[in-house]
Amino acid sequence: MQLAWLIPIFPLVGFLISGLGRNKLGHSAGWIATAAILASFLLSLGVFFNVLAMPADAAPTVVTLFDFISAGNLHIPFAFQLDALSATFLLIITGIGFLIHVYSIAYMGHDDGFGKFFAYLNLFVFSMLLLVMGNNYIIMFIGWEGVGLCSYLLIGFWYKNLSYTYAARKAFVMNRIGDLGFLVGLFLVYAKYGTFNYVELQQAIASSNDTLYLTYIALCFFVGAMGKSAQLPLFTWLPDAMAGPTPVSALIHAATMVTAGIYMISRSHFIYSLTQHAQDVILIIGAATAFIAATIATRQNDIKKVLAYSTVSQLGFMFMALGVGAYTAAVFHVITHAFFKALLFLGSGSVIHAVEGEQDIRHMGGLKKYMKTTYMTFLIGCIAIAGIPPLSGFFSKDEIMMHLFASHGLGQIIWAVAVLAAFMTAYYMFRLLFVTFWGEYRGKGHPHESPALMTVPLMVLALFSVIAGFIGIPEVLGGHHWLASFLGRVITPAGEHAELSHSTEYSLMAFAVVVALSGIGLAYVGFKKYQASAQNTGLASFFENKWYLDELYNTIIVKPIMALSSLLEKFVEKMGIDGLVNGVGKSVQWSSTKVRLMQNGMVGTYLFLLVMGMILLFSLQLIYRLF
Amino acid sequence: MLTVLLLLIPVLAGLVALFTGAASAKSIALGSSLLTLGLTLFSVLTYSAPLGFDASWIDLLGARFTLQLDAGLSRLMVLLTALVYPLLYLAFTQRSVERPGVFYGLLSLSQAGLMGVFMAQDALLFYLFWEVALIPVYFLSSMYGGERRIPVSFKFFVYTFLGSLVMLVGMIIIYRHSALRSFALTDFISAGREFSGVEQQGLFWMLFLAFAIKMPIFPFHTWQPDAYEQSATPVTVVLSALMVKMGLFAVAVWLLPVLPLGVAYWSPIVMGMAVIGIVYASCMALVQNNMKRVVAYSSIAHIGLMAAALFSNSGIATQGAYIQMFNHGITILGMWLLLSMIEERTETQNMNELGGIASVAPRFTIALVLIAFANIALPLTNGFPGEFLMFTGMFSSGAANAHTLTAVAGLAVILSAAYTLWMVQKLVFGETNARTASFRDLNTTELISLSFILLLILALGIYPNAILAWVPTAG
Repeated sequence: MQLAWLIPIFPLVGFLISGLGRNKLGHSAGWIATAAILASFLLSLGVFFNVLAMPADAAPTVVTLFDFISAGNLHIPFAFQLDALSATFLLIITGIGFLIHVYSIAYMGHDDGFGKFFAYLNLFVFSMLLLVMGNNYIIMFIGWEGVGLCSYLLIGFWYKNLSYTYAARKAFVMNRIGDLGFLVGLFLVYAKYGTFNYVELQQAIASSNDTLYLTYIALCFFVGAMGKSAQLPLFTWLPDAMAGPTPVSALIHAATMVTAGIYMISRSHFIYSLTQHAQDVILIIGAATAFIAATIATRQNDIKKVLAYSTVSQLGFMFMALGVGAYTAAVFHVITHAFFKALLFLGSGSVIHAVEGEQDIRHMGGLKKYMKTTYMTFLIGCIAIAGIPPLSGFFSKDEIMMHLFASHGLGQIIWAVAVLAAFMTAYYMFRLLFVTFWGEYRGKGHPHESPALMTVPLMVLALFSVIAGFIGIPEVLGGHHWLASFLGRVITPAGEHAELSHSTEYSLMAFAVVVALSGIGLAYVGFKKYQASAQNTGLASFFENKWYLDELYNTIIVKPIMALSSLLEKFVEKMGIDGLVNGVGKSVQWSSTKVRLMQNGMVGTYLFLLVMGMILLFSLQLIYRLF
Repeated sequence: MLTVLLLLIPVLAGLVALFTGAASAKSIALGSSLLTLGLTLFSVLTYSAPLGFDASWIDLLGARFTLQLDAGLSRLMVLLTALVYPLLYLAFTQRSVERPGVFYGLLSLSQAGLMGVFMAQDALLFYLFWEVALIPVYFLSSMYGGERRIPVSFKFFVYTFLGSLVMLVGMIIIYRHSALRSFALTDFISAGREFSGVEQQGLFWMLFLAFAIKMPIFPFHTWQPDAYEQSATPVTVVLSALMVKMGLFAVAVWLLPVLPLGVAYWSPIVMGMAVIGIVYASCMALVQNNMKRVVAYSSIAHIGLMAAALFSNSGIATQGAYIQMFNHGITILGMWLLLSMIEERTETQNMNELGGIASVAPRFTIALVLIAFANIALPLTNGFPGEFLMFTGMFSSGAANAHTLTAVAGLAVILSAAYTLWMVQKLVFGETNARTASFRDLNTTELISLSFILLLILALGIYPNAILAWVPTAG
């Protein structure tokens, strides 16, 4: 366990090697970067089994590296905390990260920026590991900003295309809006409790309960989570982030970085469990995001955009779970979603690779004939996300639904919204599947299956998309919910237990399956043989245009700020302050030419002589005194 | 004696260069700056007790020639001054300047002035060095630089000289009330506290006006973007990396302890001005097309935060401001060096005429992106620890409206990302054009000096305690 600090160090070293040697190493840069992640994964496995073997009530292992900041009575160590929650995330990050690295060696093989790509990817994994390993909020924040940086670099990876760099900048700035919320939350924490350490903070809060103050903290943190995990109103950067290479979308914008907000709130469960109002806000925002993003996903034609909105929507599901205090359910969905969404993204990458960079599904079709492995694995991903048992998505989504249904107050209304979103999920995913893989090929060139370096990771991810749900089989189906008891060591399952009768649970499950199947059925009727259709109108066009949110933000935020700044520059800066100063200056000059005391206006010369004289005088005095 | 050497070396080098006007002036300046750096490193690394020098000077007035290099802020600022000059000389390689003797001579003299400001323990001596630092820079900016340099340096001069004059009067008033008729800092501190609240409120502005202009904080700042834009790069660096720190340093050493009642009375106003300035300057930065003006306004925003932190009366915020004064100097040095390379190679400062540099100059681009993120205060760069401590300290301080002020100042977190990344995008991303197609990547000398700056940025970002420990404060 004491070697755990090596887990982030491997990718850091990989970053340095593949970054500095990017011109000389050629393709070995990719292998070195991949090996670094593999090493971290193996160590993470070690940590995981170590944590598993510890008694359930053992204190988390803390590995301190050095004192990061000591100022006054504020001490922030650079320290890692290894417990059930961080060990779980370690496995997701390094495990899926490794598969995506392998895949990328083939996917990015012909790119000029091959070495640079792997350097960035390793730097990302390093930052993400810091985020989940830190034993205090500041280390989390370091990782938090680091993944934002890498996201920026990788979205704008093909920097010659200016619209990509716009997308990169948009992602970073929108995330920064969230970060300000996170920071203010941190200031609030420090002002009252004087510590950023998770364990100490939990104790401090337990001994002095101030619900209103905690609500402020909880809401501020949630603003941070909104940015990173793409929740309303800060989600519009994520679909644009699809400008990055597809493995990036899989790793950063589906499996890991965007779940940082869920990690942060689960880590802060001791704050949220005490703040009902903050939980309600999360619940509502999560539901609205899940619903709106799902409606948009039903009308997108870019294969990656569909998946992006799907990700936003699924993140909304996770936040709904957090909103009713079901932290374990949220983390469970993070895990299963990481597998099937990474699978779907990599599958879409395989498709894009096969059709020479085309991303519009209207120009695809019939691909199942040409790429069997990609098709089969993509199908598995679709079934998993749609929530058909016994694939992983069924269990995690079902658990969220149960908690929503069982919770009092808002929960049951939200449950209805979630059912609608789940219905749309099944619909848009199978629409995507049918339009892309069924019917006749409508594109140019000759599609082909991808090389083994790409298909093997697909198969591994498909396998886990099938079986990952088994770590959380609920009691009602005869399981023990291993994950709940494992995470229960860190997250006290207060009020988390769904109080539903077995018969209710069975009917809810059956209902969920019927909903998913009808979504699939609707997609089958509409798209089993895709025909180019007329332009979308009405509500469909509204969805296709993403509820016009980008336009709205531009009109009410971006443009006013720029206009105000221009006005300030013109009237306050140039005419106001500067006008006043120049006025003073000019009148001095004017009067000086009149009085002819300062010929040529060379006031400086006189002053220079004056001061030089003073200096000379002072110096002579000094020398005289000294000797 | 060592403290005197830190002054004498650049003075002598400056005078030699100035009066011989030799073509080897740059070597003289570089040599003296390296020697100064060596001495400084020796003294700060082997530091055990304050290094001082004291001699009688003008007995008639009770002014003494007292220098002190102490453990805290002055050590940090002297080190910064000693670091910036040699890096500047090394990296500023391209253009041969006219009359190098004058150019490098004046630069050297300004270094002496800065060293003196950061070490002086006597008010009159402090004033003398304040002017010694200013005058060479004034001449440099009026003789070397862009087309509008004459009116611009005149504006700069009007602003700063006005401030200095009022400061001198203020200091004389305090001096006349000191029990021992002495200019010594310690006597100043006891004399200042003797004044009534109302008197301190007046005296506050007599001193602070000069400091506020020098920093500069809103609304005393309009000399600065013009001066940064029009001056030759070394002059801009001296102004932005070092001279603006004189204002902050003066507040910390010559104002806060001297006039506590005046400070307490005006702090809310000054913090308000500084915070308005942060947002205002950030907005200005958003709408500039000239890359140097973006950085100039960005610098005003950063300085505004440091000023607000100093006045917040919070130990943590003060400590954050101290290390940020150092770190900002390092980062902005790197930024100006890179921008000057762009200007020299493409002959424009207009961002709209640039772009695509990333595809022809990867090393340059890496340096620019890293420095840009230090400017945004990304964690693990040197910009983060200071900014975080300032925000945290200000927020928890008892200052009026501390929460609101901090949250508004926090908008800089968003805006700095917006304008800095906008600039990066305009400069280096996209396709190349006629101006940038043959952009030359960093050569060896440039690479060495920039690597050094980048290493400092990362080292102080990863282990900020290295300098935090120098400036301990209570609470």
